[in-house]
Amino acid sequence: MTGVAGAMTLGGHFTYFITVFLMMAGLFLVIARGNLIKKLVGLGIFQTSVYLLYIAPGKLVGGTAPILDPAYTVYSNPLPHVLILTAIVVGVATLALGLALVVRIREAYGSIEEDEIIAGGDDDDAAELEA
Amino acid sequence: MRNDLILRVVARLLIPFILLFALYVQFHGDFGPGGGFQAGVILAAAVIFYALIYGLADARKVVPEPLVESMMAIGVLVYAGVGVAGLLLGGNYLDYFVLDHDPVHGQHRGIFWVEVGVAVTVSGVMLKIFYMFADRGKVDE
Amino acid sequence: MVAAVWILGRSRNLFVVVILSGVYSFLMATVLTAMDAVDVAMTEASVGAGISTVLLLGALFLCRSEEARPLHKPWLALGVSLAVGGLLVYGTLGLPEFSDPGAPIHRHVVPRYLNEMKTEVGVPNVVTAVLASYRGYDTLGETTVVFTAGAGVIALLRRRREGRKP
Repeated sequence: MTGVAGAMTLGGHFTYFITVFLMMAGLFLVIARGNLIKKLVGLGIFQTSVYLLYIAPGKLVGGTAPILDPAYTVYSNPLPHVLILTAIVVGVATLALGLALVVRIREAYGSIEEDEIIAGGDDDDAAELEA
Repeated sequence: MRNDLILRVVARLLIPFILLFALYVQFHGDFGPGGGFQAGVILAAAVIFYALIYGLADARKVVPEPLVESMMAIGVLVYAGVGVAGLLLGGNYLDYFVLDHDPVHGQHRGIFWVEVGVAVTVSGVMLKIFYMFADRGKVDE
Repeated sequence: MVAAVWILGRSRNLFVVVILSGVYSFLMATVLTAMDAVDVAMTEASVGAGISTVLLLGALFLCRSEEARPLHKPWLALGVSLAVGGLLVYGTLGLPEFSDPGAPIHRHVVPRYLNEMKTEVGVPNVVTAVLASYRGYDTLGETTVVFTAGAGVIALLRRRREGRKP
């Protein structure tokens, strides 16, 4: 890849780089942070980066929003919009269920830190073995 | 006390507009951005706004729990019902062409009812989830 | 957006995390509008910046804690994330460029939707028409998913009148 050609490809793929960075940030939050709510927020960030991944290739520079109108001829691709609309609503549904689970975990174990929950569970198992 | 008054007055002014905007987004979804999901969420947001400012008990009086629970189910049933109507009138399931004398009008009618069903379910579910979360905190105290 | 996510990752106060997630969703909605995805932007703004923030705040109010200091440095997680990120970047180099009219995404079904929309459906908003008519089954499934989520939350958070077991 020569210098100039490499720069052109790089500029054309800029949105992909941002998407991958956001995706990795979300993934990192999910696996590296022990707090359950932060994990859920990280999952949300991951999901939104995927929306960007789908919608960015659909945009045509010089096109317009996909609403048919006699004044315009070039439209951005509406198909990813449809898929992502569904994805957003499903994402919030899973977030709501995840938060309900977090609330129940908090009531059962008294904490929403992953390490403390696992330690609490070990204590319970040890107590059961002794009893 | 002063902050409370400002919030109450602003809420009283804004909530009708938010409700109107939700209806606008719902029915204008054919011609501009919008549609069932956005309208349902905005409707739920208006009621949540009311509950935040005026208290959960008042919100429960205006939008009681049985209504919210039935809204959740009725939306899905309306959607499935449009599909069954397609079956009864001679086409396939969820076929809109047979719903009216003219295929294009049939599409219009089908899309209209489908979006209504979606909005009702989405707003019902969002509101119900908010009620459940808010309710849980009280007894914990 | 990148800055919002960075600060979100570093902060330990959960309230800050929730508010920043709302800000992030709002910024994402503006980016989506710039990409001509107006329906999606409206949904992301209302759902992501609105309902998600409300629900997260509600859960935070019920849980009421701050994030504890992590016990060990997350080097392995950081390494895995960077490695996967590198692989993904390498993969995306083969994807079509931004705003490339010859991309396969614009070829197969979409010209038919755009051209025949007037005669078959007669609704100007292409996204609504595709969502409700051409891909109506998907929307039926999605409505059912939303309903199931509501039912699931009811099942998880319902109170029993006769007192709770610890």
